[in-house]
Amino acid sequence: MPVVLTRRSVLTAATAAGAGLLTGCSSADAGSSTPKKGGTLRAAFPGAGVKETMDPHAQQQFIDIARHKAVFDKLVDLDATLRPVPRLARSWSGDDSSRVWRFELHRARFHDGHVLDADDVLYSLSRILDPKAADHLARKSLSHVDLANSRAVGKHGVKIALTRPNAEFPALLAMTGTAIVRNGWDDPRHPVGTGPFRFHSFAPGRSFVARRFDDHWNGAPHLDEVRILSAETEARAAALQSGEAHYAHEMTPTFARMVAHDSRVRVVATPLSGAQGFALKTDRPPFDDPDAAMAVKLLIDRKRLVDVVCAGRAEIGNDLYGKGYTYYPDGLEQRERDVAEARRLLRRTGVLNTTVSFYTSTAADGFPQAAHLFREQAGEAGLRVKIVNGPPETYFTDVLTKGTVTNHRCGAMPIPTYLSERLLTDSPQNATAWEHRDFDDAFTAARATADVRKRTERYRSVQTTLRDRGGLVLWAHPEWLNAVSRTLRGVKEAPPNTVDWARFDTVWLD
Amino acid sequence: MARYALRRCGWTVVQLAVLSVVVFLLTNLLPGDAATVDFNEQAGLDQVAQLREQMGLDRPLSERFVDWTGSLLTGDLGTSLVGGEPVSEVLSRSVGVTAALAAITLLLLVPLAVVLGLLTGLRAGGRTDRVVSAVTLTLASVPDFVLALLLVGVVSLRLGWLPATWVGADDQWWQRPELFVLPVTVLLARTVGGLSRQIRAGTIASLNAGYTVQARRLGVPPARLVLRHVLPGAAVPGVQELARAGDQLLGGVLVTEAVFAIPGTATALVEAVRNRDVPTVQALTLALAAVACLLNLVADLVGRRLAPRTEVLR
Repeated sequence: MPVVLTRRSVLTAATAAGAGLLTGCSSADAGSSTPKKGGTLRAAFPGAGVKETMDPHAQQQFIDIARHKAVFDKLVDLDATLRPVPRLARSWSGDDSSRVWRFELHRARFHDGHVLDADDVLYSLSRILDPKAADHLARKSLSHVDLANSRAVGKHGVKIALTRPNAEFPALLAMTGTAIVRNGWDDPRHPVGTGPFRFHSFAPGRSFVARRFDDHWNGAPHLDEVRILSAETEARAAALQSGEAHYAHEMTPTFARMVAHDSRVRVVATPLSGAQGFALKTDRPPFDDPDAAMAVKLLIDRKRLVDVVCAGRAEIGNDLYGKGYTYYPDGLEQRERDVAEARRLLRRTGVLNTTVSFYTSTAADGFPQAAHLFREQAGEAGLRVKIVNGPPETYFTDVLTKGTVTNHRCGAMPIPTYLSERLLTDSPQNATAWEHRDFDDAFTAARATADVRKRTERYRSVQTTLRDRGGLVLWAHPEWLNAVSRTLRGVKEAPPNTVDWARFDTVWLD
Repeated sequence: MARYALRRCGWTVVQLAVLSVVVFLLTNLLPGDAATVDFNEQAGLDQVAQLREQMGLDRPLSERFVDWTGSLLTGDLGTSLVGGEPVSEVLSRSVGVTAALAAITLLLLVPLAVVLGLLTGLRAGGRTDRVVSAVTLTLASVPDFVLALLLVGVVSLRLGWLPATWVGADDQWWQRPELFVLPVTVLLARTVGGLSRQIRAGTIASLNAGYTVQARRLGVPPARLVLRHVLPGAAVPGVQELARAGDQLLGGVLVTEAVFAIPGTATALVEAVRNRDVPTVQALTLALAAVACLLNLVADLVGRRLAPRTEVLR
């Protein structure tokens, strides 16, 4: 950190942090004044260099998604509990089989004056599903859209048919890479959307400028202009503290502690923003035996992991993804540390005093620390751990095949999406190698159930199976930390990729 | 002289050719490739495989290298694997800032080092010499990233006098001279020590040389003595050191750009390595290496002109 630390400044910071926690004053002044019009907002996000794109269907990084959110809209977005909420689609309904969905559209205007219609929606879907576009991330999750049988209904409605039933279809239209573009649009250098800001300029890895679009269907934004800038961790911190940026995305707990006494900066901490844990490979010994996996779930000291790895800024996990989200199975007892029982299970499965390999890397903040704590805690129960370090740039692809134990993290997404992307036999990100046809079938059946109550019940059983027999050891639901300058108002706590996250049409500068 | 110059130029070309092979092999030795890095945490293995095929990374190493060399010889630097834009654009977009930084540093470095070198050389052993030498030596021995972070912490964040980073300033950076103050200070601190020490040594040597003693005996006024007789002698070691300072600047720019988030060539290079974007890495390293080779070539030629003895010694 580019600040000279003295003993006194550290102590002051720590005291201020403590005081903030006691009074809860750290977020008290959010949205306390009336909105002001005008001004240029400068928001700094982790950059991705030339990888950054203005093609909303090829978006990957948070900075891409934030930029595209300014220029484009989606049919549907997600609220803080990861439930679909209307955006360009005013409302929707599925038929009894959840195979045909009808969406009613807002009379939203594109930046070139054209009014949104069903053809724009159908064209956007066909562009996302283009078989030649390997970089369209939503292509796989939307592969069951039956374009041939989808069509316009009236002037402002669209009917989308699916090749298999899916009661979660609206949520899929809220995922990464699903923005609605103008019919026939295919030029990322000139993005034309329905979003609250009109595109002005973009230099990959550097900056993006967009200006207020007064005809936005949801009301014009307060700001005149928004600039989204690429900057590494240290540069974001320095830019925010020196007033060169008003908004810094993805900050560390260390930074939050450091600015606790800084009157220029406010930390916006969103609780329950995803999960952190370990992934045990269940297709190979020893964790192909659910009892051995259970031993690991019992031997870890969750509290200590949260305190050390997340600097206490997390809720303790219960080996379930999505605490606080729709379909999270409530009422299950918190799993506690039980070294004696873990040791008994390890002995019974023949794993006691054997060695497993932990494949880790510096791909994310806290991964190596978590691995070392795990080795310590496993040792207390009689499981030896050999730590292997891998390259950070390819870590998340490597863990699909490597390691017996690996680090696992996941941002906020709806629980059904998490399950279908990570825990089915053909899931692209199946880091626990959890391949069980009966599990796949149970999940698919739940997802096809139109009745909410029954569907929730089925999801619950799927999730408890996983919690008891699967390879996911989820010990934390970390906070997501952004930081804003004191002059920026109206920033809401919101998990990344939800409707209020990186939303600059509702904020203003004092 | 002409034969020597030709031979030196030939060797420079050979150096660059060898370097391009080494860089190509090393970049390919890095774990993972552009496709894996691009889809890290985003997609599954089959999507990665498809992207790899699209990028042409499934072809053998030798074939890709021959392709790259072929297009280089026709003046085409290739296409970035990641952004899909021509590498020449990546290069031209980033080279301006870096060149400006280096040029400003050199413009300030030469007069500053000459003044400091003369000042300390003429008063060798005196109080001025001891103070100035102590300061320049200290600055030269502090690693540049430490100095950069200290300056940001104190001057920008504590005192708020100068911008801490270049974040968001890239489109009109030439209109904002305040952006250059801290980076140039860091680069100067790194190089001024070595150069002024060389000039100091040269000054002392020529002050005691026979021709200076004779000029002084003939009554040449002190100012004229220093400018006409001492300085040219002191410049000989200075020219060689200046080339070395150029090399140092290339290295220093890497660190400085990272700390101040300057969107220059070094930043583009680091990012290309991280993305495993082989064509971009190749082009940028070759460009940087070409500059370094050229600097040394010029220094060797000038040095040989000033002191032809090097050839005899070989």
